[in-house]
Amino acid sequence: MAVQVLIPTPLQKFTNDEASVDLEASSVDGLIEALEGRYPGIKGRLCDEAGKLRRFLNLYVNSEDIRFLDNQDTPLKDGDEVSIVPAVAGG
Amino acid sequence: MTVTATLSRSTFTGLRCKECGHPYEAGARHVCEDVCFGPLEVVYDYDAIKNRVSRATIEAGPASIWRYREFLPIEGDPIDVGTGFTPLLKAGNLAKRLGLKSLYIKNDGVNMPTLSFKDRVVSVALTRARELGFTTVSCASTGNLANSTAAIAAHAGLDCCVFIPSDLELGKVLGTLIYNPTLMAVKGNYDQVNRLCSEVANTYGWGFVNINLRPYYSEGSKTLGYEVIEQLGWELPDHIVAPLASGSLFTKIRKGFDEFIKCRLVDEKPVRFSGAQAEGCSPIAQAFAEGRDFITPVKPNTIAKSIAIGNPADGPYAIDIANKTGGSIAAVSDAEIIEGIKLLAETEGVFTETAGGTTIAVLKKLVEQGKINPEERTVAYITGNGLKTTEAVADCIGAPYTIEAQLDSFKAAWAQAQSAQQA
Repeated sequence: MAVQVLIPTPLQKFTNDEASVDLEASSVDGLIEALEGRYPGIKGRLCDEAGKLRRFLNLYVNSEDIRFLDNQDTPLKDGDEVSIVPAVAGG
Repeated sequence: MTVTATLSRSTFTGLRCKECGHPYEAGARHVCEDVCFGPLEVVYDYDAIKNRVSRATIEAGPASIWRYREFLPIEGDPIDVGTGFTPLLKAGNLAKRLGLKSLYIKNDGVNMPTLSFKDRVVSVALTRARELGFTTVSCASTGNLANSTAAIAAHAGLDCCVFIPSDLELGKVLGTLIYNPTLMAVKGNYDQVNRLCSEVANTYGWGFVNINLRPYYSEGSKTLGYEVIEQLGWELPDHIVAPLASGSLFTKIRKGFDEFIKCRLVDEKPVRFSGAQAEGCSPIAQAFAEGRDFITPVKPNTIAKSIAIGNPADGPYAIDIANKTGGSIAAVSDAEIIEGIKLLAETEGVFTETAGGTTIAVLKKLVEQGKINPEERTVAYITGNGLKTTEAVADCIGAPYTIEAQLDSFKAAWAQAQSAQQA
């Protein structure tokens, strides 16, 4: 499953300044592992020690917040776009 | 030639993660990118502030937020468009109606230049944006922030591109376009607009007031705390009620109170903090009611568009403050919001927008539930102006009597009006 991931500026130091990367993954959790496999250390930024996504990070699959889907178990399919967005203030 | 050493007027030393404390330089950044992605906040040298500031120096300052400039994160001359120092109104009629002894309305619906509290945060953010070398400024907005960013950017001579959800009230769209920024009306809700802007901020090198300038921007809201203290004769209130959108305003009013205590400008005493949300977008009120310390995002569906943020970044901090101070967070229906707008207008002559209607409706609800003590000196924060959202009340208010320019016609209509009033 080829999935496109949009990387926010603060994480691009891990991805050699790439703002967008393509990876194979069938779920959000799988995607986090695939990112870690290619860019060691990135998981520690995305997740806490228990492997849970950090409170101040939002993940979207095709523009939908994964908290409206299946959180980290949200399945991914070919062509999905995942964006990682740090929380921002309003309004 | 002699060189005169000038003392730097800035009192802030850098940024720091609010969660893990990791330090950063005072640049255009908003998240703890080296550790935990927590929000960054400004670090001040409070000893320096204490040495420079007294009640007298503040009282001698301009009638704007810049009378508190030592508490704000700027280095040089501010962009001063007269923002702040809005009226604190003793609301005797509304107090009587609700059964309170001492109620005040902090009326930011008449803030300058664009009639909402956002002028405070934008004045600070654009001053800092200019200092950091940005020539284009931007924001993601539910309306009021767009108005303010476009107006103050025009005054400061900065290029401006702002983003709003495409379904906003006409007054807020017009009240942005008149300043001739580039306006992007995004097909989606505020949270979607915000996500898009985060991606734009990554690549375009603009100063986004609520994204990469957020640590500076949000500090502007502290002035709503300072002003209330000063306007109450250098005393703290007992209880405040404020609207909750992202939760930032609420936390910064608290910070403003705390800083004045820390700098010995006001005597310490407990202040209860209560927050107001619309039922159609109440993720913070829901979490508070369920005793959670985390927010489950929602999809907004309410007339209170200016506070319709389904994924509030500072929600957990707002819950913490309400809990620690013995306050409450409550939500009200759209019908109650409209009644709140009408109640404030009819009793105090203040026409607020839907966010203010939400605050008044929650104030009423908390009094009825016994969660505000009638003896408490209570301040309700009104953050926006009703003339921007006339759609919200257009169908719920009276209509004029259309008459001929003749005394008989008037007499007949007057009789009709009096019997309608008695009915």
